[in-house]
Amino acid sequence: MLEFLQQLINGLSLGAIYALIALGYTMVYGIIMLINFAHGDIMMVGAYVGFFSIAVLGSNIFAALIFAMLSCAVLGVLIEKIAYKPLRNSSRIAALITAIGVSLFLEYFTLFLLTPQQRVFPEAAFPLHKYQIGGLLISNKDIFIFALAVILMIALQYIIKRTRTGKAMRAVSLDREAAILMGISVDRTISITFAIGSSLAAAAGVMIGIYYNTINPLMGIIPGLKAFVAAVLGGIGIIPGAMVGGFLMGILETMVSGYGSTLYRDAVAFGVLILILLVKPTGLFGKDTGEKV
Amino acid sequence: MEKKRFVPRSFLIEVLVLAGIFTLVQYLIVSGLLNEYYQINLSSMCINIILAVSLNLINGFTGQLSLGHAGFMAVGAYAAVVVTTIYSQPFILGLLAACLAAGLAGLIIGVPTLRLKGDYLAIATLGFGEIIRVILQNIDFIGGPAGILGIPRYSTWPWLFGLTIFTIVIIVNLINSSYGRAIISVREDEVASELMGINTTNYKVLAFVIGALFAGLAGALYAHYFYIIKPSTFNFLKSFDILVMVVLGGLGSTTGAVIAAIFVTMLTAALQTFPAIRMVLYAVTLVVVMVYRPQGLMGNKEWGRRTWGRIWGEKNEPLANK
Repeated sequence: MLEFLQQLINGLSLGAIYALIALGYTMVYGIIMLINFAHGDIMMVGAYVGFFSIAVLGSNIFAALIFAMLSCAVLGVLIEKIAYKPLRNSSRIAALITAIGVSLFLEYFTLFLLTPQQRVFPEAAFPLHKYQIGGLLISNKDIFIFALAVILMIALQYIIKRTRTGKAMRAVSLDREAAILMGISVDRTISITFAIGSSLAAAAGVMIGIYYNTINPLMGIIPGLKAFVAAVLGGIGIIPGAMVGGFLMGILETMVSGYGSTLYRDAVAFGVLILILLVKPTGLFGKDTGEKV
Repeated sequence: MEKKRFVPRSFLIEVLVLAGIFTLVQYLIVSGLLNEYYQINLSSMCINIILAVSLNLINGFTGQLSLGHAGFMAVGAYAAVVVTTIYSQPFILGLLAACLAAGLAGLIIGVPTLRLKGDYLAIATLGFGEIIRVILQNIDFIGGPAGILGIPRYSTWPWLFGLTIFTIVIIVNLINSSYGRAIISVREDEVASELMGINTTNYKVLAFVIGALFAGLAGALYAHYFYIIKPSTFNFLKSFDILVMVVLGGLGSTTGAVIAAIFVTMLTAALQTFPAIRMVLYAVTLVVVMVYRPQGLMGNKEWGRRTWGRIWGEKNEPLANK
């Protein structure tokens, strides 16, 4: 039982990271019906920005986090303007292939610039403490990641539910044409969505840097895919779904590593995806809507 | 009207041209004029053509975006190697085993996933491709993550060339048959073709299985050319490689796929020392092609007898006379 609780705690911080990435997938999908394949790589860029601001500029972890979030917000908007906007009215296959292209570009351009070498996240930026609570081992890393993720999620929920921008985002995702008629600037709203989603991914990137200690240019692929699975699990386009899905995926993954084999860890994530797609493609929180001709 | 020949002249010309290419390359190899470097690229070209043409059947003609092609290639490669290397059977049995195993994998994966559409299908096939790789990694019988070494080099030029032509002929004939028309109708409008009485799921699965089967064939040829296979060779980046060829050539153009496969192989060879730049170029190509020419360079046009006829100044017969 104690081990189970321990795995649960480990899973919660990993799940928080997945949830943050999944939110970006879900928001973008909700608004332009595109799986932003490059999202995991935006997270990777965020991790690198965080790394360099700590290692080179010597900033503390919070400044690094904010810096990473801001630069990735800009990056996200740029990607949308350059690659996705011209394809808004073309087929979804074309948009998806473009997203794969953007993803490859981010990965290999970083690889080219910074070499494939692994970089160790500076230990000094976040000294590790471990606390023993009732037989459970909890580190300040876990607490930091979990608390920060929850704060960001609350902030996001506030933006979406309580501000005019959030209202515009909901309107565009519900019915784009009607939103235009109501005087909402669709371009601006889509840009803001990309900015918010990408900054959440950047925060997740810095957290992954703290969590795994090492970063490399291809680190975004697997967490990105798993976060995507999380988004589908919760019901893609549904924000609370992405949060729950992210936590479920994180917990599932640590359980599989803890009780089963780490080798099958990645296969399990995809297994969950296929199961969900076959049994309930709309996800846990999704409503079935019939196909309209 | 001209009397109908039993064998049309254009067919004879095609056979002669192909035989000419084959003999020329065979002569160059036997006489040692073509060094190892060019031979490797020539073989990669053939393997890539098979992969691109078969993926094009799924992505281009059926319109179902599959990102798991490398997985089927892996299944074929491993099946063939188990037959030829571990059980030391002849190559032809290995090839048959590769086709059967990959086709079967295509069937097992295709039946459930082809119910999904567009993006979901893409992700599900990507997932299955990765699952295949992880499973192969965990089977000790076939070497686990280290793979299998010391595979005999059975993939000689006659095999490679012959099977490439075989693949193209089969797929082109399939597209031009009534099955092919049904497959294309699924791409054009699934609902409408269903209303015309076409069992869309059947045709999607058919195209998927045939595509997977040829990917397996390519995998077998690959394994018996490069001596070694390991699961990490067949990761999703390999699938993206094949996708680049298909997209570049034009979704739904077999000649486009062939040309793009040749071009991409040459590009890869030229940029061998700069793998990162190669991938950056791939990525930029994907985005630029999708933004400015989403139908790919060739669109769904084919280069064939009619195009050559136009170049030679032959009069174009109306299609009805053919």
